[in-house]
Amino acid sequence: MAAVEALQCKECRTSYPLEARYVCEHCFGPLEVRYDFSGLDSAEVKRRIQAGPQSIWRYADFLPFEQQPRTALAAGVTPLIRADRLAERLGLGEVWVKNDAANPTHSFKDRVVTVALAKARELGFEVVACASTGNLANAVAAHAAAAGLESYVFVPADLEEQKILATGVYGTNLVAVRGNYDDVNRLCTGLADERDWAFVNVNLRPYYAEGSKTLGFEIAEQLGFELPDRVVCPVASGSLFTKIARGFEEWREVGLVSSELPVFNGAQAGGCSPVAQAFEAGHEVCRPVKPDTIAKSLAIGNPADGPYALELARRSGGTVDSVTDDEIRAGIRLLAETTGVFTETAGGVTAATLAKLAERGEISRDERVVLVITGDGLKTLDAVRGSFETHEIDPTVESFGEVLGLETVSS
Amino acid sequence: MSVTVKIPTQLRSVTGGESETTVDEATTVREVLDGLYERYDGLQERISEDGDLRRFVNVYVGGDDIRFLDQLDTAVNDGDEVTILPAVAGG
Repeated sequence: MAAVEALQCKECRTSYPLEARYVCEHCFGPLEVRYDFSGLDSAEVKRRIQAGPQSIWRYADFLPFEQQPRTALAAGVTPLIRADRLAERLGLGEVWVKNDAANPTHSFKDRVVTVALAKARELGFEVVACASTGNLANAVAAHAAAAGLESYVFVPADLEEQKILATGVYGTNLVAVRGNYDDVNRLCTGLADERDWAFVNVNLRPYYAEGSKTLGFEIAEQLGFELPDRVVCPVASGSLFTKIARGFEEWREVGLVSSELPVFNGAQAGGCSPVAQAFEAGHEVCRPVKPDTIAKSLAIGNPADGPYALELARRSGGTVDSVTDDEIRAGIRLLAETTGVFTETAGGVTAATLAKLAERGEISRDERVVLVITGDGLKTLDAVRGSFETHEIDPTVESFGEVLGLETVSS
Repeated sequence: MSVTVKIPTQLRSVTGGESETTVDEATTVREVLDGLYERYDGLQERISEDGDLRRFVNVYVGGDDIRFLDQLDTAVNDGDEVTILPAVAGG
Protein backbone atom coordinates (compact mmCIF):
# COMPACT_ATOMS: atom_id res chain seq x y z
CA MET A 1 0.00 0.00 0.00
CA ALA A 2 0.85 3.65 -0.18
CA ALA A 3 4.08 4.96 1.18
CA VAL A 4 2.45 8.09 2.55
CA GLU A 5 4.65 9.86 5.09
CA ALA A 6 3.61 13.38 6.04
CA LEU A 7 2.43 16.77 4.88
CA GLN A 8 5.25 19.02 3.75
CA CYS A 9 5.52 22.70 2.83
CA LYS A 10 6.26 23.14 -0.86
CA GLU A 11 8.25 26.28 -0.07
CA CYS A 12 10.34 25.70 3.08
CA ARG A 13 9.95 21.88 3.39
CA THR A 14 8.70 21.93 7.00
CA SER A 15 6.86 18.68 7.78
CA TYR A 16 3.49 18.31 9.49
CA PRO A 17 1.39 15.32 10.56
CA LEU A 18 -1.27 13.98 8.17
CA GLU A 19 -4.19 16.01 9.52
CA ALA A 20 -6.61 18.68 8.26
CA ARG A 21 -4.18 21.50 7.55
CA TYR A 22 -3.05 23.19 4.36
CA VAL A 23 -0.80 26.14 5.20
CA CYS A 24 2.75 26.18 6.51
CA GLU A 25 2.83 28.05 9.80
CA HIS A 26 6.38 29.22 9.17
CA CYS A 27 6.17 30.71 5.69
CA PHE A 28 2.48 30.48 4.70
CA GLY A 29 3.38 28.18 1.78
CA PRO A 30 1.01 25.40 0.63
CA LEU A 31 1.33 21.93 2.10
CA GLU A 32 1.37 18.78 0.01
CA VAL A 33 1.55 15.08 0.72
CA ARG A 34 5.01 13.51 0.91
CA TYR A 35 5.59 9.83 0.11
CA ASP A 36 8.50 7.48 0.25
CA PHE A 37 8.34 5.33 -2.87
CA SER A 38 11.75 3.74 -2.35
CA GLY A 39 10.22 0.47 -1.11
CA LEU A 40 8.01 0.01 -4.17
CA ASP A 41 8.88 -2.59 -6.80
CA SER A 42 7.70 -1.37 -10.19
CA ALA A 43 6.68 -4.81 -11.49
CA GLU A 44 4.62 -5.49 -8.37
CA VAL A 45 3.03 -2.05 -8.47
CA LYS A 46 2.14 -2.55 -12.14
CA ARG A 47 0.47 -5.87 -11.34
CA ARG A 48 -1.50 -4.27 -8.50
CA ILE A 49 -2.66 -1.50 -10.82
CA GLN A 50 -3.72 -3.86 -13.59
CA ALA A 51 -5.55 -6.15 -11.16
CA GLY A 52 -7.09 -3.19 -9.34
CA PRO A 53 -10.65 -1.84 -9.34
CA GLN A 54 -12.05 0.13 -12.29
CA SER A 55 -11.67 3.41 -10.39
CA ILE A 56 -8.97 5.74 -9.10
CA TRP A 57 -8.29 3.23 -6.31
CA ARG A 58 -6.26 1.11 -8.75
CA TYR A 59 -3.58 3.76 -8.05
CA ALA A 60 -3.86 3.41 -4.26
CA ASP A 61 -0.07 3.06 -3.98
CA PHE A 62 0.16 6.74 -4.92
CA LEU A 63 -2.70 8.10 -2.80
CA PRO A 64 -2.53 9.41 0.78
CA PHE A 65 -4.01 6.47 2.68
CA GLU A 66 -2.46 3.61 4.57
CA GLN A 67 -5.51 1.44 4.00
CA GLN A 68 -7.59 1.72 0.85
CA PRO A 69 -10.83 3.42 1.91
CA ARG A 70 -14.28 2.28 0.84
CA THR A 71 -16.07 4.87 -1.25
CA ALA A 72 -19.67 4.90 -2.33
CA LEU A 73 -19.29 6.54 -5.73
CA ALA A 74 -16.46 5.34 -7.96
CA ALA A 75 -14.59 7.97 -9.99
CA GLY A 76 -12.03 7.62 -12.74
CA VAL A 77 -11.13 5.18 -15.51
CA THR A 78 -12.53 7.50 -18.16
CA PRO A 79 -11.93 6.98 -21.89
CA LEU A 80 -8.79 8.07 -23.71
CA ILE A 81 -9.99 8.50 -27.28
CA ARG A 82 -7.79 8.56 -30.35
CA ALA A 83 -8.92 11.70 -32.19
CA ASP A 84 -7.70 11.26 -35.76
CA ARG A 85 -10.28 13.60 -37.30
CA LEU A 86 -9.33 16.36 -34.87
CA ALA A 87 -5.64 15.77 -35.62
CA GLU A 88 -6.34 15.91 -39.33
CA ARG A 89 -8.34 19.13 -39.02
CA LEU A 90 -5.45 20.78 -37.16
CA GLY A 91 -2.68 19.32 -39.31
CA LEU A 92 -1.28 17.27 -36.43
CA GLY A 93 -0.04 13.69 -36.36
CA GLU A 94 -1.47 12.03 -33.25
CA VAL A 95 -4.03 13.52 -30.84
CA TRP A 96 -5.83 11.81 -27.97
CA VAL A 97 -8.74 13.18 -25.97
CA LYS A 98 -8.90 12.27 -22.30
CA ASN A 99 -12.62 12.59 -21.74
CA ASP A 100 -12.99 13.20 -18.02
CA ALA A 101 -16.58 14.29 -18.49
CA ALA A 102 -17.24 10.53 -18.22
CA ASN A 103 -17.18 10.65 -14.42
CA PRO A 104 -20.18 10.24 -12.07
CA THR A 105 -20.94 13.98 -11.95
CA HIS A 106 -19.48 14.66 -15.40
CA SER A 107 -16.20 16.36 -14.56
CA PHE A 108 -12.70 15.55 -13.26
CA LYS A 109 -13.75 16.89 -9.85
CA ASP A 110 -15.06 13.43 -8.95
CA ARG A 111 -11.44 12.35 -8.64
CA VAL A 112 -10.40 14.99 -6.13
CA VAL A 113 -13.63 14.73 -4.15
CA THR A 114 -13.33 10.96 -3.87
CA VAL A 115 -9.94 11.40 -2.22
CA ALA A 116 -10.97 14.38 -0.07
CA LEU A 117 -14.13 12.71 1.25
CA ALA A 118 -12.31 9.50 2.06
CA LYS A 119 -9.82 11.60 4.04
CA ALA A 120 -12.62 13.58 5.70
CA ARG A 121 -14.19 10.35 6.95
CA GLU A 122 -10.84 8.98 8.11
CA LEU A 123 -10.24 12.18 10.09
CA GLY A 124 -13.71 11.97 11.63
CA PHE A 125 -15.45 14.94 10.00
CA GLU A 126 -19.25 14.88 9.82
CA VAL A 127 -19.74 17.89 7.57
CA VAL A 128 -18.00 18.52 4.25
CA ALA A 129 -17.97 21.77 2.30
CA CYS A 130 -16.35 23.51 -0.66
CA ALA A 131 -15.91 26.77 -2.54
CA SER A 132 -16.80 25.99 -6.13
CA THR A 133 -17.10 27.37 -9.64
CA GLY A 134 -19.70 24.65 -10.26
CA ASN A 135 -18.14 21.31 -11.11
CA LEU A 136 -16.79 20.85 -7.62
CA ALA A 137 -20.23 21.73 -6.22
CA ASN A 138 -21.79 18.91 -8.28
CA ALA A 139 -19.18 16.44 -7.07
CA VAL A 140 -19.18 17.36 -3.37
CA ALA A 141 -22.98 17.28 -3.20
CA ALA A 142 -23.16 13.89 -4.93
CA HIS A 143 -20.32 12.16 -3.09
CA ALA A 144 -21.51 13.53 0.26
CA ALA A 145 -24.99 12.20 -0.46
CA ALA A 146 -23.59 8.78 -1.37
CA ALA A 147 -21.43 8.72 1.76
CA GLY A 148 -24.19 9.97 4.06
CA LEU A 149 -22.33 13.13 5.08
CA GLU A 150 -23.91 16.53 5.51
CA SER A 151 -22.60 19.06 2.99
CA TYR A 152 -22.45 22.82 2.42
CA VAL A 153 -21.63 23.97 -1.07
CA PHE A 154 -20.69 27.62 -1.75
CA VAL A 155 -20.92 28.94 -5.30
CA PRO A 156 -21.00 32.37 -6.99
CA ALA A 157 -24.65 33.43 -7.32
CA ASP A 158 -24.33 33.98 -11.10
CA LEU A 159 -23.38 30.36 -11.84
CA GLU A 160 -24.86 28.52 -14.86
CA GLU A 161 -28.34 27.18 -14.09
CA GLN A 162 -27.35 23.63 -15.12
CA LYS A 163 -24.66 23.54 -12.46
CA ILE A 164 -27.00 24.91 -9.78
CA LEU A 165 -29.66 22.31 -10.62
CA ALA A 166 -27.16 19.46 -10.83
CA THR A 167 -25.95 20.35 -7.33
CA GLY A 168 -29.20 21.04 -5.47
CA VAL A 169 -30.72 17.76 -6.59
CA TYR A 170 -28.43 15.81 -4.24
CA GLY A 171 -29.91 17.44 -1.15
CA THR A 172 -26.96 19.59 -0.16
CA ASN A 173 -27.08 22.95 1.59
CA LEU A 174 -26.53 25.08 -1.49
CA VAL A 175 -25.25 28.58 -0.70
CA ALA A 176 -25.19 31.12 -3.57
CA VAL A 177 -22.78 33.91 -2.63
CA ARG A 178 -23.28 37.37 -4.13
CA GLY A 179 -19.75 37.75 -5.45
CA ASN A 180 -17.23 36.07 -7.77
CA TYR A 181 -15.36 32.83 -7.10
CA ASP A 182 -12.50 34.63 -5.37
CA ASP A 183 -15.02 36.16 -2.95
CA VAL A 184 -16.47 32.69 -2.33
CA ASN A 185 -12.99 31.32 -1.76
CA ARG A 186 -12.11 34.09 0.70
CA LEU A 187 -15.35 33.45 2.59
CA CYS A 188 -14.66 29.72 2.79
CA THR A 189 -11.05 30.25 3.87
CA GLY A 190 -12.45 32.32 6.75
CA LEU A 191 -15.20 29.82 7.54
CA ALA A 192 -12.70 26.97 7.62
CA ASP A 193 -11.05 28.81 10.53
CA GLU A 194 -14.31 29.00 12.44
CA ARG A 195 -16.01 25.68 11.87
CA ASP A 196 -14.94 22.13 12.36
CA TRP A 197 -15.84 21.18 8.80
CA ALA A 198 -13.88 19.51 6.05
CA PHE A 199 -13.61 22.12 3.30
CA VAL A 200 -12.31 19.88 0.55
CA ASN A 201 -10.37 22.63 -1.24
CA VAL A 202 -9.33 24.57 1.84
CA ASN A 203 -8.25 22.60 4.92
CA LEU A 204 -8.24 19.26 3.05
CA ARG A 205 -6.70 20.68 -0.10
CA PRO A 206 -3.38 18.78 0.14
CA TYR A 207 -5.29 15.47 -0.03
CA TYR A 208 -7.90 16.70 -2.49
CA ALA A 209 -5.21 17.78 -4.96
CA GLU A 210 -3.70 14.28 -4.90
CA GLY A 211 -6.81 13.01 -6.69
CA SER A 212 -5.79 14.92 -9.82
CA LYS A 213 -2.66 12.79 -10.17
CA THR A 214 -4.91 9.87 -11.12
CA LEU A 215 -5.79 11.65 -14.36
CA GLY A 216 -2.11 11.54 -15.28
CA PHE A 217 -1.78 7.90 -14.16
CA GLU A 218 -4.70 6.92 -16.39
CA ILE A 219 -3.28 8.69 -19.42
CA ALA A 220 0.01 6.86 -18.93
CA GLU A 221 -1.63 3.47 -18.30
CA GLN A 222 -3.99 3.85 -21.26
CA LEU A 223 -1.04 4.64 -23.51
CA GLY A 224 0.52 1.34 -22.45
CA PHE A 225 2.66 2.72 -19.60
CA GLU A 226 4.14 5.45 -21.73
CA LEU A 227 3.95 9.21 -21.42
CA PRO A 228 2.68 11.42 -24.23
CA ASP A 229 4.95 14.07 -25.76
CA ARG A 230 2.61 16.92 -24.94
CA VAL A 231 -0.32 17.62 -22.63
CA VAL A 232 -2.76 20.47 -23.22
CA CYS A 233 -4.74 21.13 -20.05
CA PRO A 234 -6.97 23.89 -18.67
CA VAL A 235 -5.62 26.07 -15.86
CA ALA A 236 -7.88 27.56 -13.19
CA SER A 237 -6.10 27.32 -9.82
CA GLY A 238 -3.28 25.42 -11.52
CA SER A 239 -3.75 22.37 -9.30
CA LEU A 240 -4.85 19.86 -11.97
CA PHE A 241 -2.17 21.09 -14.39
CA THR A 242 0.65 20.63 -11.89
CA LYS A 243 -0.66 17.40 -10.38
CA ILE A 244 -0.86 15.61 -13.73
CA ALA A 245 2.85 16.37 -14.06
CA ARG A 246 3.47 15.22 -10.49
CA GLY A 247 1.74 11.93 -11.28
CA PHE A 248 4.01 11.43 -14.30
CA GLU A 249 7.07 12.27 -12.21
CA GLU A 250 6.12 9.77 -9.51
CA TRP A 251 5.76 7.03 -12.11
CA ARG A 252 9.13 7.94 -13.57
CA GLU A 253 10.62 7.76 -10.08
CA VAL A 254 9.13 4.31 -9.40
CA GLY A 255 10.09 3.10 -12.88
CA LEU A 256 6.57 2.50 -14.24
CA VAL A 257 7.37 4.75 -17.21
CA SER A 258 10.71 5.72 -18.66
CA SER A 259 9.80 8.49 -21.11
CA GLU A 260 10.70 12.14 -20.58
CA LEU A 261 8.27 14.53 -18.89
CA PRO A 262 5.91 15.85 -21.62
CA VAL A 263 5.64 19.46 -22.69
CA PHE A 264 2.83 21.08 -20.66
CA ASN A 265 0.63 23.69 -22.32
CA GLY A 266 -1.78 25.48 -19.99
CA ALA A 267 -5.07 26.87 -21.32
CA GLN A 268 -6.92 29.87 -19.91
CA ALA A 269 -9.82 32.06 -21.00
CA GLY A 270 -8.82 35.57 -22.03
CA GLY A 271 -11.40 36.97 -19.61
CA CYS A 272 -9.58 35.34 -16.70
CA SER A 273 -5.96 34.70 -17.56
CA PRO A 274 -3.73 35.66 -14.63
CA VAL A 275 -1.38 32.73 -15.30
CA ALA A 276 -1.16 33.30 -19.08
CA GLN A 277 -0.48 37.00 -18.47
CA ALA A 278 2.30 36.23 -15.98
CA PHE A 279 3.75 33.68 -18.42
CA GLU A 280 3.78 36.23 -21.21
CA ALA A 281 5.34 38.88 -18.98
CA GLY A 282 8.00 36.52 -17.64
CA HIS A 283 6.77 36.87 -14.04
CA GLU A 284 7.08 34.19 -11.37
CA VAL A 285 3.87 35.12 -9.58
CA CYS A 286 0.42 36.00 -10.87
CA ARG A 287 -1.25 39.33 -10.42
CA PRO A 288 -4.90 38.61 -9.57
CA VAL A 289 -7.62 39.62 -12.04
CA LYS A 290 -11.41 40.14 -11.87
CA PRO A 291 -12.84 37.35 -14.07
CA ASP A 292 -15.17 38.09 -16.97
CA THR A 293 -15.53 35.02 -19.19
CA ILE A 294 -18.06 32.40 -20.30
CA ALA A 295 -15.63 29.76 -18.99
CA LYS A 296 -16.94 30.05 -15.44
CA SER A 297 -15.38 26.81 -14.26
CA LEU A 298 -11.99 28.41 -14.96
CA ALA A 299 -12.91 31.82 -13.53
CA ILE A 300 -10.40 31.96 -10.70
CA GLY A 301 -8.77 35.39 -10.64
CA ASN A 302 -6.38 34.58 -7.82
CA PRO A 303 -4.96 31.11 -8.59
CA ALA A 304 -3.46 29.31 -5.60
CA ASP A 305 -1.04 27.23 -7.66
CA GLY A 306 -0.26 29.96 -10.18
CA PRO A 307 3.49 30.12 -9.43
CA TYR A 308 3.81 26.34 -9.74
CA ALA A 309 1.83 26.27 -13.01
CA LEU A 310 4.20 28.91 -14.43
CA GLU A 311 7.19 26.96 -13.24
CA LEU A 312 5.91 23.73 -14.87
CA ALA A 313 5.09 25.38 -18.20
CA ARG A 314 8.60 26.88 -18.37
CA ARG A 315 10.44 23.82 -17.10
CA SER A 316 8.71 21.49 -19.58
CA GLY A 317 9.21 23.78 -22.57
CA GLY A 318 5.50 24.60 -22.74
CA THR A 319 3.37 27.72 -22.52
CA VAL A 320 0.27 29.10 -20.83
CA ASP A 321 -2.02 30.58 -23.48
CA SER A 322 -5.37 32.31 -23.45
CA VAL A 323 -8.27 32.31 -25.90
CA THR A 324 -11.27 34.60 -26.42
CA ASP A 325 -14.90 33.72 -25.65
CA ASP A 326 -15.57 33.32 -29.39
CA GLU A 327 -12.60 30.98 -29.71
CA ILE A 328 -13.99 29.01 -26.73
CA ARG A 329 -17.34 28.55 -28.50
CA ALA A 330 -15.51 27.52 -31.66
CA GLY A 331 -13.38 25.11 -29.62
CA ILE A 332 -16.50 23.40 -28.25
CA ARG A 333 -17.80 22.96 -31.81
CA LEU A 334 -14.41 21.81 -33.12
CA LEU A 335 -14.19 19.04 -30.52
CA ALA A 336 -17.84 18.01 -30.93
CA GLU A 337 -17.69 17.90 -34.72
CA THR A 338 -14.45 15.95 -34.94
CA THR A 339 -14.61 13.60 -31.93
CA GLY A 340 -18.24 13.28 -30.83
CA VAL A 341 -17.28 14.68 -27.42
CA PHE A 342 -19.44 17.58 -26.23
CA THR A 343 -17.51 19.55 -23.66
CA GLU A 344 -18.29 22.50 -21.43
CA THR A 345 -16.66 25.90 -21.83
CA ALA A 346 -13.47 24.81 -20.03
CA GLY A 347 -13.00 22.11 -22.68
CA GLY A 348 -13.66 24.75 -25.32
CA VAL A 349 -10.75 26.70 -23.85
CA THR A 350 -8.53 23.64 -24.05
CA ALA A 351 -9.54 22.66 -27.58
CA ALA A 352 -9.15 26.26 -28.79
CA THR A 353 -5.70 26.42 -27.20
CA LEU A 354 -4.67 23.23 -29.00
CA ALA A 355 -5.88 24.78 -32.28
CA LYS A 356 -3.90 27.92 -31.51
CA LEU A 357 -0.70 25.98 -30.77
CA ALA A 358 -1.17 23.98 -33.97
CA GLU A 359 -1.68 27.15 -35.97
CA ARG A 360 1.48 28.68 -34.50
CA GLY A 361 3.36 25.62 -35.69
CA GLU A 362 4.50 24.72 -32.17
CA ILE A 363 3.53 21.06 -32.44
CA SER A 364 5.47 18.78 -34.75
CA ARG A 365 3.70 16.01 -36.65
CA ASP A 366 5.53 13.21 -34.84
CA GLU A 367 4.24 14.29 -31.44
CA ARG A 368 1.69 12.35 -29.43
CA VAL A 369 -0.58 14.99 -27.92
CA VAL A 370 -3.16 14.52 -25.14
CA LEU A 371 -5.98 17.02 -24.76
CA VAL A 372 -7.44 17.01 -21.24
CA ILE A 373 -11.22 17.52 -21.36
CA THR A 374 -12.45 18.15 -17.84
CA GLY A 375 -16.23 18.59 -18.06
CA ASP A 376 -19.47 17.90 -19.93
CA GLY A 377 -21.12 20.23 -22.42
CA LEU A 378 -24.52 19.71 -20.80
CA LYS A 379 -23.24 21.85 -17.90
CA THR A 380 -22.88 25.01 -20.01
CA LEU A 381 -25.59 24.82 -22.64
CA ASP A 382 -25.76 28.58 -23.17
CA ALA A 383 -22.35 28.46 -24.84
CA VAL A 384 -23.75 26.62 -27.87
CA ARG A 385 -27.26 28.05 -27.95
CA GLY A 386 -27.89 29.65 -31.35
CA SER A 387 -24.68 28.28 -32.84
CA PHE A 388 -26.49 26.03 -35.34
CA GLU A 389 -29.74 25.83 -37.26
CA THR A 390 -32.67 23.54 -36.49
CA HIS A 391 -34.83 22.56 -39.48
CA GLU A 392 -38.48 22.72 -38.45
CA ILE A 393 -40.85 20.94 -40.83
CA ASP A 394 -44.38 19.62 -41.15
CA PRO A 395 -44.58 15.83 -40.79
CA THR A 396 -44.69 15.30 -44.55
CA VAL A 397 -42.19 14.10 -47.13
CA GLU A 398 -42.77 17.27 -49.17
CA SER A 399 -42.10 19.62 -46.30
CA PHE A 400 -38.90 17.74 -45.45
CA GLY A 401 -37.58 18.03 -49.02
CA GLU A 402 -38.60 21.65 -49.29
CA VAL A 403 -37.22 22.92 -45.99
CA LEU A 404 -33.95 21.00 -46.24
CA GLY A 405 -33.60 21.98 -49.91
CA LEU A 406 -33.16 18.36 -50.99
CA GLU A 407 -34.12 17.01 -54.35
CA THR A 408 -36.98 14.50 -54.56
CA VAL A 409 -35.87 10.88 -54.56
CA SER A 410 -37.85 8.54 -56.81
CA SER A 411 -38.49 5.10 -55.32
CA MET B 1 -8.70 56.24 14.60
CA SER B 2 -8.61 52.48 14.84
CA VAL B 3 -8.49 49.55 12.39
CA THR B 4 -9.59 46.00 13.15
CA VAL B 5 -7.35 43.18 11.97
CA LYS B 6 -8.52 39.57 11.51
CA ILE B 7 -5.81 37.01 12.23
CA PRO B 8 -6.01 33.56 10.59
CA THR B 9 -5.55 30.37 12.61
CA GLN B 10 -2.10 29.79 11.15
CA LEU B 11 -0.78 32.98 12.81
CA ARG B 12 -2.47 32.65 16.17
CA SER B 13 0.52 30.85 17.69
CA VAL B 14 2.37 34.19 17.50
CA THR B 15 -0.58 36.35 18.57
CA GLY B 16 -1.15 34.43 21.78
CA GLY B 17 -4.27 32.86 20.33
CA GLU B 18 -5.91 36.15 19.41
CA SER B 19 -8.11 36.00 16.30
CA GLU B 20 -8.78 39.71 16.11
CA THR B 21 -6.95 42.81 17.22
CA THR B 22 -6.96 46.56 16.62
CA VAL B 23 -4.26 48.93 15.44
CA ASP B 24 -4.48 52.66 16.18
CA GLU B 25 -2.81 55.53 14.34
CA ALA B 26 -2.22 53.72 11.04
CA THR B 27 -3.07 55.30 7.69
CA THR B 28 -1.92 52.54 5.33
CA VAL B 29 -1.86 48.73 5.29
CA ARG B 30 1.92 48.90 5.63
CA GLU B 31 1.55 50.86 8.88
CA VAL B 32 -1.08 48.43 10.13
CA LEU B 33 1.28 45.52 9.52
CA ASP B 34 4.24 47.38 11.05
CA GLY B 35 2.09 47.92 14.14
CA LEU B 36 1.41 44.18 14.31
CA TYR B 37 5.06 43.26 13.74
CA GLU B 38 6.04 45.49 16.67
CA ARG B 39 3.43 43.88 18.88
CA TYR B 40 3.87 40.22 17.94
CA ASP B 41 7.30 38.68 17.99
CA GLY B 42 7.85 36.30 15.05
CA LEU B 43 4.96 37.57 12.92
CA GLN B 44 7.00 39.54 10.41
CA GLU B 45 9.16 36.65 9.15
CA ARG B 46 6.10 34.47 8.70
CA ILE B 47 4.21 36.68 6.30
CA SER B 48 6.79 39.08 4.89
CA GLU B 49 10.03 38.78 2.99
CA ASP B 50 12.37 41.58 1.85
CA GLY B 51 9.88 44.26 2.85
CA ASP B 52 7.03 42.77 0.81
CA LEU B 53 4.34 40.22 1.61
CA ARG B 54 5.24 36.60 0.94
CA ARG B 55 3.66 35.27 -2.25
CA PHE B 56 1.09 33.06 -0.53
CA VAL B 57 -0.33 35.78 1.73
CA ASN B 58 -3.53 37.64 0.85
CA VAL B 59 -4.46 40.89 2.58
CA TYR B 60 -7.89 42.44 2.19
CA VAL B 61 -9.29 45.82 3.26
CA GLY B 62 -13.04 45.56 3.70
CA GLY B 63 -13.14 42.49 1.44
CA ASP B 64 -11.02 43.95 -1.39
CA ASP B 65 -7.66 42.37 -2.20
CA ILE B 66 -4.99 45.06 -1.73
CA ARG B 67 -3.43 44.00 -5.04
CA PHE B 68 -6.48 45.61 -6.70
CA LEU B 69 -5.86 48.74 -4.62
CA ASP B 70 -2.51 50.34 -3.78
CA GLN B 71 -0.81 47.22 -2.44
CA LEU B 72 0.85 47.93 0.93
CA ASP B 73 0.23 51.65 0.43
CA THR B 74 -3.54 51.08 0.39
CA ALA B 75 -5.16 53.66 2.68
CA VAL B 76 -7.07 52.55 5.74
CA ASN B 77 -9.69 54.60 7.52
CA ASP B 78 -11.17 54.57 10.98
CA GLY B 79 -13.34 51.46 11.40
CA ASP B 80 -11.88 49.54 8.42
CA GLU B 81 -11.38 45.82 8.71
CA VAL B 82 -8.09 44.35 7.48
CA THR B 83 -8.04 40.57 6.91
CA ILE B 84 -4.94 38.42 6.52
CA LEU B 85 -5.57 35.05 4.85
CA PRO B 86 -3.54 32.24 3.31
CA ALA B 87 -3.55 32.36 -0.52
CA VAL B 88 -3.34 28.64 -1.01
CA ALA B 89 -7.01 27.62 -0.99
CA GLY B 90 -9.48 26.92 -3.76
CA GLY B 91 -9.60 25.55 -7.25
